[in-house]
Amino acid sequence: MDAQSLTYLFVGLSFALYIGIAIWSRVANTSEFYVAGTGVHPIMNGMATAADWMSAASFISMAGLIAFLGYDGSVYLMGWTGGYVLLALLLAPYLRKYGKFTVPEFIGDRYYSDAARLVAVLCLIFISFTYVAGQMRGVGIVFSRFLEVEVELGVVIGMAIVFMYAVLGGMKGITYTQVAQYCVMIFAYTVPAIFISLLMTGNPVPQLGLGAEVADGSGLTVLEKLDGALIDLGFTAYTNGSKSTIDVFAITAALMVGTAGLPHVIVRFFTVPKASDARISAGWALVFIAILYTTAPAVGAFARLNFINEVNETTYAETPQWFKNWEELGLIAWRDKNGDGAVQYRPGAPFDGKPAFDGDQRGESGERLLVNPTTDSSNEVYIDRDIMVLANPEIAKLPGWVIALVAAGGLAAALSTAAGLLLVISTAVSHDLLKRTIMKEISDMQELRAARIAAVVAIAIAGYLGINPPAFVAQVVAFAFGLAAASLFPAILMGIFSKRMNREGAIAGMLVGLLFTAAYIVYFKFVSPEMNTADHWWFGISPEGIGMIGMVLNFGTAFLVDRFTPAPPEAVQHLVEDIRVPSGAAAAQDH
Amino acid sequence: MEQDEKAAALGEASSVRKAYWKANLKLLGILLVIWFVVSFGFGILLEDWLNQFHLFGFKLGFWFAQQGSIFTFVVLIFVYAFRMRALDRQFGVGD
Repeated sequence: MDAQSLTYLFVGLSFALYIGIAIWSRVANTSEFYVAGTGVHPIMNGMATAADWMSAASFISMAGLIAFLGYDGSVYLMGWTGGYVLLALLLAPYLRKYGKFTVPEFIGDRYYSDAARLVAVLCLIFISFTYVAGQMRGVGIVFSRFLEVEVELGVVIGMAIVFMYAVLGGMKGITYTQVAQYCVMIFAYTVPAIFISLLMTGNPVPQLGLGAEVADGSGLTVLEKLDGALIDLGFTAYTNGSKSTIDVFAITAALMVGTAGLPHVIVRFFTVPKASDARISAGWALVFIAILYTTAPAVGAFARLNFINEVNETTYAETPQWFKNWEELGLIAWRDKNGDGAVQYRPGAPFDGKPAFDGDQRGESGERLLVNPTTDSSNEVYIDRDIMVLANPEIAKLPGWVIALVAAGGLAAALSTAAGLLLVISTAVSHDLLKRTIMKEISDMQELRAARIAAVVAIAIAGYLGINPPAFVAQVVAFAFGLAAASLFPAILMGIFSKRMNREGAIAGMLVGLLFTAAYIVYFKFVSPEMNTADHWWFGISPEGIGMIGMVLNFGTAFLVDRFTPAPPEAVQHLVEDIRVPSGAAAAQDH
Repeated sequence: MEQDEKAAALGEASSVRKAYWKANLKLLGILLVIWFVVSFGFGILLEDWLNQFHLFGFKLGFWFAQQGSIFTFVVLIFVYAFRMRALDRQFGVGD
């Protein structure tokens, strides 16, 4: 069978599995819909959390990002894993002990205030929609590249699948589908990585292969060879960064704290039976995440080295087939600036903007001609970072079934994250807005219906955003983490660790953190993008890292306001004492 | 009489809870220091200096930034989960 039919087969089989799980896990009450009836085994929940967390960006883009950033890419590796330590030690067990359904619910009850609940709901909806638009786009892109389906149709198919298991099965359906999706995804990621590691170093473990000697008799390790090659070409060494230390520090901190404050991750820990299960489950989640996150830097380094070896100073005719395949799709482009017929890979952009091809015109060597204005740099080749993972099987000359597997894996990554996000959005609407604020009298059945309707609406909006992505989607990702770090995380943390923290302090803190972070990002990303350089940043911290300062401001404001306002009521102080000990944990209950 | 016993039991329960919380905070403190040192310390602030040492063919600072910190994070969570299970039992506040 050819790669195309195999891809249809693999994707079809994985979708059939997801739909099967959806039908098996239909739910009948809100507890099952919101938190899977708190009956999920900690290891299962760990796997589901890993799938929930690792999005299309982790699966498709991260290795490519690291390949081109080198050491600077560590901010993503540490930032997106270190948050789980905060989650496991500071938030998850206590929130599970509290035993309710949502994050805004905890904030609203702990700070005895509907205003606090509403601020939390707003943060949650904004963070989640920012995220989900990217996932739907990812679904569309995988469909269009591997199955030759239009992006729009791809998004609609993705919506239909998510609709099946999220609307029918709620959290229960999502959980068990995510477990299956994790397996598909991790298999699809590690198999090509193992083959490439074997090919490059003779070591089958990519994590060790990254430190091993290259199997070309040079006696140099992968990283030494890569450092040497990059310096020769005029790049910074791979193992040295070009970002300032303070910016690396701030971005890592903002991503870590932001990760711990993301609602769709936190709610996963509401689904295990006990508070002690929440602790161990976070450990399992990080194990499953770490498998992919420690493979990614190896894949990135191998891919970069491979690219230099096979493409640089090679004539166009002799470049590998994958080079021409991706050129056809516009993700690689080459302009022979010095007319020598060979590809020169150097720092800097080869031409302005994304490749715009001159119809089907071909140059002297057979390359596709471009209409983009040229640049001064001696670099001749454009590479889209996202192709690193997708092109891996071709680069390593792996059989068609591996390519098919990668397609199914990319879809699993995007769909699992999208479903988790859509669930927290619908829950925030049906539970926090309707049941707890606007229509307190509705019955469980009515609330369940409202949750399903909200999920349908959220899927439709997400699909629309996937088909018509607003130009700012890529730029607002910093928002999601920055806002979670500056608003939700401090409010939850103080709610557990400070008995004295009151309504006034928490709300003032959230608002200050939120407004400061949002204003900084909006200013540098939208109002004056030309000012977005290290010279103009406060303390040299980029918009990606400003959530750390927002968080500090949140804490500072909260404690200051708290000093001058009355202590929280007796009942709330008892509540705090109660969530600090695991004993007497009840199942999540309705009110 | 009965009320006194009840009050005494409550007082005792409350002091047990306080001791449990204190032990928890101490454990948290130790683990979070390690968390900070391996990532922000070894992986970022001391990265350049550590790069003069080598481990499994990696420069040490680079290794902490891209692999070592992640492995440590995993260990930290499991240590916390198991130590807390022991504390839960010791203070009789387990679930």
